[in-house]
Amino acid sequence: MRLQTKENWLWLVPLIIAIILWQFIAVYVVKESTILPSFTAVIFSFYELREDIPLDILVSLFHFAIGMVLAFAVALPLAIAMGWYDTVFKAVDPIIELIRPIPPLAWVPLAIAWFHLTHFAAGFIIFIGAFFPILIASYTGFRDVPKVLVETGKVLGCIGNRKLIRYVAIPYALPSIATGTRVGMGVAWMCVVAAEMFGVSNYGLGLRLFTDFFPMHQMDYVVAYMLILGLLALCIDRLFRHFVEDKLFKWKRGIVK
Amino acid sequence: MNHKLELQHITKTYVTEEGEMAALDGINLEVKPAEFLCIIGPSGCGKTTLLRMVAGLDRPTSGKIVLDGKEVKCASPDRGMVFQEFSLFPWRTVLKNVEFGLEIGGMADKERQAIAEKYITLVGLKGFEKHYPYELSGGMKQRVAIARTLATEPSILLMDEPFGSVDAQTRNLLQEELLEIWKRTKKTVLFVTHSVDEAVYLADRVAVMSARPGCLAKCLTVDIPRPRKRTSAEANEFRAKLLMWLSLERSKACATL
Repeated sequence: MRLQTKENWLWLVPLIIAIILWQFIAVYVVKESTILPSFTAVIFSFYELREDIPLDILVSLFHFAIGMVLAFAVALPLAIAMGWYDTVFKAVDPIIELIRPIPPLAWVPLAIAWFHLTHFAAGFIIFIGAFFPILIASYTGFRDVPKVLVETGKVLGCIGNRKLIRYVAIPYALPSIATGTRVGMGVAWMCVVAAEMFGVSNYGLGLRLFTDFFPMHQMDYVVAYMLILGLLALCIDRLFRHFVEDKLFKWKRGIVK
Repeated sequence: MNHKLELQHITKTYVTEEGEMAALDGINLEVKPAEFLCIIGPSGCGKTTLLRMVAGLDRPTSGKIVLDGKEVKCASPDRGMVFQEFSLFPWRTVLKNVEFGLEIGGMADKERQAIAEKYITLVGLKGFEKHYPYELSGGMKQRVAIARTLATEPSILLMDEPFGSVDAQTRNLLQEELLEIWKRTKKTVLFVTHSVDEAVYLADRVAVMSARPGCLAKCLTVDIPRPRKRTSAEANEFRAKLLMWLSLERSKACATL
């Protein structure tokens, strides 16, 4: 159990100090809004951009969802195969380790060649970002299943790999899969801007930031969108932790918290 | 008299870099129905291997294992096994752990819950159904493991030093409870241990094994009436006899090394 501190507002103090510092430096030190827009200017941009923001968020979330769903759908079966069958692991691992270090951005030309300027091109870049963290954390989870649990499964009637995977390996690996998904979501979100930079759609946080605001030197808008990117990622992560980790892994509490 | 379990000329050889190594050599053993048989021997004598072969987790190199007239070929809930290590599924509550074998067997929800409750009560854990393994002490974990094994109504109970990792007081208590359960369920029990005290307290018959290669040196009938007292003169006398046999085997093993 995590210790409950009474100071639930504690996080507010450094935040307010940071905002005051930011405002002060922007207004009295830098004095140039194309270098560092002030806090108030950024807040005002939210108001000015209020009509674009919702649609941009939705389109970016759509790209994110395509990438995540695809990554999950491909990584999980592969992770089961690699984690459960050592021959599959030995055969596939070198290819994975060769492709893994290639930055998602390097895939942009191929993504556009394969999917043209569509949502799926962006989804593909995000897929590349999310795929490897999910795959690696998941197969590690499957490879770590203790022998005694597998044998217990066998003596209690799990005949054949299918039942052992379903009743023993998957439940055991689930926390690793969740961790991988969380890390994967983080990387995927970082890829959103890169994926949208090339005009794969008419909307999107990354697209707007790069092709509209940046060429016009509207740094207050740029920072406003950066804050949206940060806030959204924070919300997604919190939601995930709330609904997946806290609800699903009560049984782990004794070990990790 | 019909035998419950027959081991016929069991041998097990491992192929290592230095060539073949005999782990078990020509084991013959018959176990009567409802008999409590302890297998005792120095570490490395292959007693666990022998038990695992009866469970179907290992295959003998040659020889036959016959249970209820049928040859043992693979693991099945027909032979319940309690491991030395804690083997509860950490993601399942006590109730769900005990239900595991029944769930695999495809039994309906209500039915299996009733059976699980019955065995949880039998091992004295009523009220702990909703607890997760991390909330239990070592002794309680082994009780759950015993309940889980009994729930599928195996025709024989295989126990591999099940109380090896709990403290001495708890071990004594668990031994008494196991005898109580044995009396009530009339199961045949094959119990591997390295503790002379445990064997003398529990067994109808003690099979003494010798090491390298493991073979049965002696079968001793424990003719002490039940309920037994750990400190009685008869128990002490038997303990001395057993210790003598064990040290004899140990010195033989050392001589061949």
